[in-house]
Amino acid sequence: MGEAVLSVSFAGPLVTVQDAGRPGHMRYGVPASGPMDRLAFDAAHAALGNAQGVSAIEISLGGLMLHCKEGAVTLAITGGDFVVEHGGQKTSSWTVLSLHKGERLAIRAGTAGSWAYLAFAGRLGSEDWLGSQATHSTSGFGGGAVQTGQSLEISDATIRDDRLGAIPQAEFTATGPIRAVTGPQDHHFEETAVARFLSEAFTVTDAYDRMGMRLKGPLLGLDGALSIPSEPIVRGSVQVSGDGVATVLLADHQTTGGYPKIATVISCDTDRLAQWRAGQPVRFTAVSSAQALADVRRFMVQKAHYLERISVPRGSLEQRLIRENLIHGCAFD
Amino acid sequence: MNARFTSIADHALLVTFADEISDNAHDLVLALDKALAANMLDGVTETVPALVNLLVSFDPVVTDHSKVETHVRQCLEAVEIQAVKGTVRQVEVCYEAPFAPDLDAVAAAVGLSTDAVINAHLAAKFDVLMYGFAPGYAYLSGAPEQIHVPRKQTPVRDVPAGSVIIAGAQCLITTLTMPTGWSIIGRSPTRILTGDPKHPFLFDVGDRVTFQRIDLATFERLNRETAHG
Repeated sequence: MGEAVLSVSFAGPLVTVQDAGRPGHMRYGVPASGPMDRLAFDAAHAALGNAQGVSAIEISLGGLMLHCKEGAVTLAITGGDFVVEHGGQKTSSWTVLSLHKGERLAIRAGTAGSWAYLAFAGRLGSEDWLGSQATHSTSGFGGGAVQTGQSLEISDATIRDDRLGAIPQAEFTATGPIRAVTGPQDHHFEETAVARFLSEAFTVTDAYDRMGMRLKGPLLGLDGALSIPSEPIVRGSVQVSGDGVATVLLADHQTTGGYPKIATVISCDTDRLAQWRAGQPVRFTAVSSAQALADVRRFMVQKAHYLERISVPRGSLEQRLIRENLIHGCAFD
Repeated sequence: MNARFTSIADHALLVTFADEISDNAHDLVLALDKALAANMLDGVTETVPALVNLLVSFDPVVTDHSKVETHVRQCLEAVEIQAVKGTVRQVEVCYEAPFAPDLDAVAAAVGLSTDAVINAHLAAKFDVLMYGFAPGYAYLSGAPEQIHVPRKQTPVRDVPAGSVIIAGAQCLITTLTMPTGWSIIGRSPTRILTGDPKHPFLFDVGDRVTFQRIDLATFERLNRETAHG
């Protein structure tokens, strides 16, 4: 155990420190923040045997390059399908590897996904705000943006040979349209607007950051020039501006606002949607709030099982070879 | 009272008292907020008071919309319908150049002298209605009608933190360098984000706020003190 010092040779925009987030302050204008894709974030920690919810780095499409200056540390990279370059080898995200003094690591956008997570077998030193290191991107409060030229200090850094290799990806995440509960202002839209929202395709635009994702698609007309009193917004609110354009609000959303909301995306699907990229088509489907609750509860149970499964150490290389030989030697397998 | 309940996705319930802004609706929001805080239901993670409604967020694994609705209905039966008396807070403000770039334009727009605008702002008692837009952005209501100005056509970029801005009946002390379409009439050394972990936000929703005029030298001194904690 020791300290690992990683120098940031390059960090794209919107690469930030995130922990599980700071819920409980929305009444003061502070959203929970935290990872855009909570499943991938949790998987990175589980694969290292870390405590859930501790700080990791969220990597945007801009990518991140690190150079290990001191010490060594085992780390996990999850989320989307990013390209990982290390020690002359090119792999993809969903992997655990060790970074030693003098080595470089590059993580960049691959074929799919908007956010990757980098977690360490050790403690990432970072600034705290309101009891959390999650970065609120608009203010920079919390752990903050990772900047080119800075150093990341990992204390209690360990090497975990028993955890190296590919991380199995979750197989239970939904693949269909994004599920949403209509409202709370669906009755303030033109009769056809809700039907169009649920039947026509939208496209993710590049007006996409941690606050929200603007969509291109059918314009959703309001029933009259309506302005509603500013009201609370949640992660997943689909608000429609005066020109009929829909935006899905995400981890760093404003906490109140006066645009009517046609629907709210259910919590497990906000994170699925967050991994999509500009140009990708999006379809929504309506679920009742009871169905939403049932779907999310099932997701949480499956997620807990999955995290438990990937958190079991695979054993040393030697142990794995023995195990694989045994398995392959078994006639009934 | 008639409360309307709307399920928000899998994890929240919106309790709405009116479609239009009124003192009565906001009093109900605050009274319910207080009642829920005193009588927290297992699984409720936070409540967010706004102008005519209150959001109750919950952990969908622990509770559900109907349990939360039943609990809110019980709280509403027992709730005392009266204006919640918040703490009175005083905020210092310097109305001098270079901190009040829009003061002359506001004065011209409403047909008053700049001193009359300042005095009207100082005489007003503001209520903290809700937070929004960004951390610590508390919407204060109560600007007297004679200084009501609409938002600008185009927002101004990079307005410094601590700016005292007005639009319509509302006033706000900014906490971040951000764009705004509101009129900038002064600068305050008072920090809404206090930096005190025990009381990180100066106002609670329902507090009453008055402004106190300070000159440039006092601003500089107080601003240095708050900057160094």
